Amino acid sequence: MPDKKSLTFVLMDPPYENARTTTALRLMDIAVRRGHDINVFAYEGAVNVAFSKQSPHANAVHGRDAEQEDHPNPKDWVAALFQEAEKRGSRLDWVQCGLCVDERGAGECIPGLRRGSPADLVKFTETSTNTLVIPTK
Amino acid sequence: MPKKTLQIVESAYRATLEEQDDTVVWITHAMKGAGGEFDVLLRGNAVNYAVKAQDASGLAFGAKRQTQPPRLAEDVAKFADKGVTVLAVAEDIAERGLERGDLIASVKPVSRAELPALLERYDLIWHW
Repeated sequence: MPDKKSLTFVLMDPPYENARTTTALRLMDIAVRRGHDINVFAYEGAVNVAFSKQSPHANAVHGRDAEQEDHPNPKDWVAALFQEAEKRGSRLDWVQCGLCVDERGAGECIPGLRRGSPADLVKFTETSTNTLVIPTK
Repeated sequence: MPKKTLQIVESAYRATLEEQDDTVVWITHAMKGAGGEFDVLLRGNAVNYAVKAQDASGLAFGAKRQTQPPRLAEDVAKFADKGVTVLAVAEDIAERGLERGDLIASVKPVSRAELPALLERYDLIWHW
């Protein structure tokens, strides 16, 4: 890919709280589909986006059982991004802020992520074409 | 007799894709089902919840596709079946270029000037 870029995303919001995380994942998805490399630094509540114990549920208000509801868990969206990246030949490097993980007891995350620190974010920004911060508001 | 609560929904489209609904609309349906008494006032960006033509389908990450996207106008319309009145601030509707015909039939526009008298009719006001 002649114009392959490396893009860094900094996420801060926890899942199931707003639309920003979904929007960030959509941006990553299109970047991966175009073959770009992606770095993610999950900071503060964002370390729970890929928490492995998220589980889908039925929804009585919707009148649907768990299978019909097909309730999305962001951990599955992240896993799908890793699969898409592999398929497209992109690199997806997702770093979980270690201290943020510890203070939340959120160590159980899906495979493919790694624990890191702000030093990883420094490396990401130094080596990326650009960095997008999506902070908590 | 349960206390009558007015749910003012202002934070709009907050996690609606992940939840496949709006969390306040959802909990209002659930609490109504549990015997509570509620009405709903949409204000700010949340007036868009009453727009019939909205379509959140098509979300996909890699091969993972969303099969049950949020249907917010339908969820709001269902309040009428349960005796929950849904109001929306008329000025907020107009400021967004929406017209009455864009909205579900059961929503009732209310002007800002009418809000003080409206709020007086409720035991509790919950502003989300």
